[in-house]
Amino acid sequence: MKRRTLLQAASMASIAPLGFAARNLLAADAASVPVRRLLLVELNGGNDGLNTLIPYADPLYLQLRPQLAVARDQVLQLDEHVGFNPALAALMPLYAARELALVQGLGYARANRSHFRSIEIWDTATDSDKIGTDGWLSRLDVQRRFGRSFAADAVVIGRNPKPATGADMQPVVMGDADSFVSESRGVEAMKSASDNPALKHILAVQRDIQAAGHELSSSRPSPAGDFPKSPFGRDASEAARLLIGNPATPIVKIALTGFDTHVMQRGRQDGLLKQFGDTMAALRTAFTSAGIWKDTLIVTYSEFGRRAQQNASGGTDHGKAAPHFVIGGAVKGGLYGEPPRFAKLDDGDVPATIDYRCVYNTVLGRWWNAGDAQIEPQRFKPLALV
Amino acid sequence: MRVLIVAILVGYWGGAFALSADESSHLALRTGFGPELSNRPQSGSYAEAVDRRVDSAAARHVASTPPPDWVDEPLQFPLTPKDLSPEEKRALHVEWQRRYVELQGWWLQEMLSTPTPLTERMTLFWHGHFATSFKTVKAVQLLYRQNLMLRRYALGNYRDLLHAVARDPAMLLYLNNQQNKKSQPNENFARELLELFTLGEGHYTENDVKEAARAFTGWRIAIPGGQFEANAKQHDDGDKTFLGHRGNLDGDEVIDLILQQPRAAEFIVDELWSEFVSPDPDPSAVQRLAAGFRKNWEIALLLKALLREPAFTEPRNSGLMVKSPVEFVVGTLRSLDLPLSTLNAAVSTSDMGQTLFAPPNVRGWPGGDEWITSEWLLARRRFVQQLAGDAPPPSSKPGVRTRLQRVADMELRRQSADLQRRFGEVAESLPPAEMMRQVLVLPPVIPPVDGAKPPDRLETLLLDPVYNLK
Repeated sequence: MKRRTLLQAASMASIAPLGFAARNLLAADAASVPVRRLLLVELNGGNDGLNTLIPYADPLYLQLRPQLAVARDQVLQLDEHVGFNPALAALMPLYAARELALVQGLGYARANRSHFRSIEIWDTATDSDKIGTDGWLSRLDVQRRFGRSFAADAVVIGRNPKPATGADMQPVVMGDADSFVSESRGVEAMKSASDNPALKHILAVQRDIQAAGHELSSSRPSPAGDFPKSPFGRDASEAARLLIGNPATPIVKIALTGFDTHVMQRGRQDGLLKQFGDTMAALRTAFTSAGIWKDTLIVTYSEFGRRAQQNASGGTDHGKAAPHFVIGGAVKGGLYGEPPRFAKLDDGDVPATIDYRCVYNTVLGRWWNAGDAQIEPQRFKPLALV
Repeated sequence: MRVLIVAILVGYWGGAFALSADESSHLALRTGFGPELSNRPQSGSYAEAVDRRVDSAAARHVASTPPPDWVDEPLQFPLTPKDLSPEEKRALHVEWQRRYVELQGWWLQEMLSTPTPLTERMTLFWHGHFATSFKTVKAVQLLYRQNLMLRRYALGNYRDLLHAVARDPAMLLYLNNQQNKKSQPNENFARELLELFTLGEGHYTENDVKEAARAFTGWRIAIPGGQFEANAKQHDDGDKTFLGHRGNLDGDEVIDLILQQPRAAEFIVDELWSEFVSPDPDPSAVQRLAAGFRKNWEIALLLKALLREPAFTEPRNSGLMVKSPVEFVVGTLRSLDLPLSTLNAAVSTSDMGQTLFAPPNVRGWPGGDEWITSEWLLARRRFVQQLAGDAPPPSSKPGVRTRLQRVADMELRRQSADLQRRFGEVAESLPPAEMMRQVLVLPPVIPPVDGAKPPDRLETLLLDPVYNLK
């Protein structure tokens, strides 16, 4: 509630233009202190980890996945156990530069196989039998952490704003920035408050649109890098544009969709992985040439991994844990956690060996140094990867 | 249609009716698309008005808008023949996309012209509940057939509806029951049946999901006809244990066992309460209504009881709910009688977050406050500005507007002058106080300035945050 009250008080007291002047001053003061940014990437649908980071050396891999297995000589081997799907070739330079960490076996206990419930668990950082309402990123008090405010605490391009949505954080959600700016012009930041919860929500969203539109209207250059000409590539390029320079926001979330591969998985997932890898390489170029690669962290998540054994339709059904990526100039690259072992499956699935909240606490605690925002840090210890 | 508005205004002034004008407009807004012309005089009590409304909606389960000409075309499988060249493949997919938008337009046209909006609201409710998407199914004929099925049972018998949904070809494709075979069960349909359609999480076990999946093995669509078949060869006829019952169960028996759970009725009553009454269902009222519902599963009877709940008409519950994009678009066009093309209406609801025949996932549209995000609220404003001829030009940057959006942009330019003229005429016909009463359910956050021209006044009211509420 704190941020809401603050903003509301500010807008009640005045006079939006003065408010903005003050905010810009604050921004100028803080400009010398680097802002550590987060780009969160949702792999929507449940990415099959076993064909992403492939346990090629396990003889059961071929047996359980006759139509899906990537031939051993095509796997881009990272160590004696695992290697990348060849569609991820663009990630090899990042891995070699030790700017890419893979956290294996990421998930949670008592896995839920429903897309919607499971992504909600990840988004709200709760145990699988508890319903959370606030997104995990809303635990960060942006104003306090960075000593300044931004056009938006968080920007979500495309689907699912949940991880950055909470009582203390309302992300700005947009299709693309240009249209957002032109359409936000007529929106009035209204002073009135209301007891009607629905109306209160609408008024808050109007205020956010107005504030974000005002700041975004300053011209921002297009990022360097060869982004794929797909919606995901465009969203990522838009994300980079917002994060580069004096950032419009410290947090952006984008999503790559289509990973729910129950049928004929191989071609579809490979295509998505290629888009993902190529986009990550483009982002590295963009952030490096803007001088903020060391100040940027890219983290992936997905509702679940998929079953170890393929189904009869050349696809895979909903599983449990999967490996995830943490990428950035400040990342200590390499493999974290244990590789999956087919001999040690849990009811046909790769079990969770690292709780996903360890990654969140790494972001909150080690990346942002916001220890008090962490989620039960004794239970979910941050990882030493930044 | 201007007659309509006058008739409504007369309704407001005619205090002699036992059914109050407020109750009447609340009923129209919450269970339809807003102000409407009733064929019958609004006489009698509130309870009689509810009965009339539900009965007339229940009696009308066939759409009168002529369907697109391709709905009876035979299906072929695979939907994309393997021997097509890349260009032919592309052309085929563009054609599907065209038909899918045409289908949205067909349904929107029915909503715009129907004398029983509650039929459409209930059909839409079930479409969101038994969510099925073009993005997976692709076969547009099957989506059309599903819509006919949903409207047939929309205010009919819930048990019949469930059995029909489990046999619905689009649903079987959407939730992968086509791949659910004895040798390798696919749990997708069974899981969502329990989690999202009938009981909700916590009211069944993982084992119930597995066993239900076995009971539905072999329930699939016939190739190439596309109609339902229960394939005996793929069906697992071994014993299953489901919700504590053991036997050689099939899909129909699984559904009937689900309906024996007290939770099954509560689950639907809870959802209908959230759809029509308030965002916070009253648990004791839900239990009471559910106890009646499970006696006969008649949806129309349940609706009558629900709309007679004191909470439904209580004035303090007015304006607490957010209109869905379909209600926003159809309601605006209906009540102001504006001639926007159905293509533009379809693209508008999509831009606001609701694409007919393509809910975001099997959970359907989240609804409520979640309809208002920065992106979707801007789309609502854009829609109003387009009607008033006052919208900023769409982005010309490549890759921002989809092909369909560009077609809609062009189509809108063609209608723009006509729309703006009609918008002005409607605005001129409404005296200021009545305009406000007709458009808003609560006082505006920013009232139009005194002396504003009628079209500006109307646009201001439609852009007011309160216009999103019902």
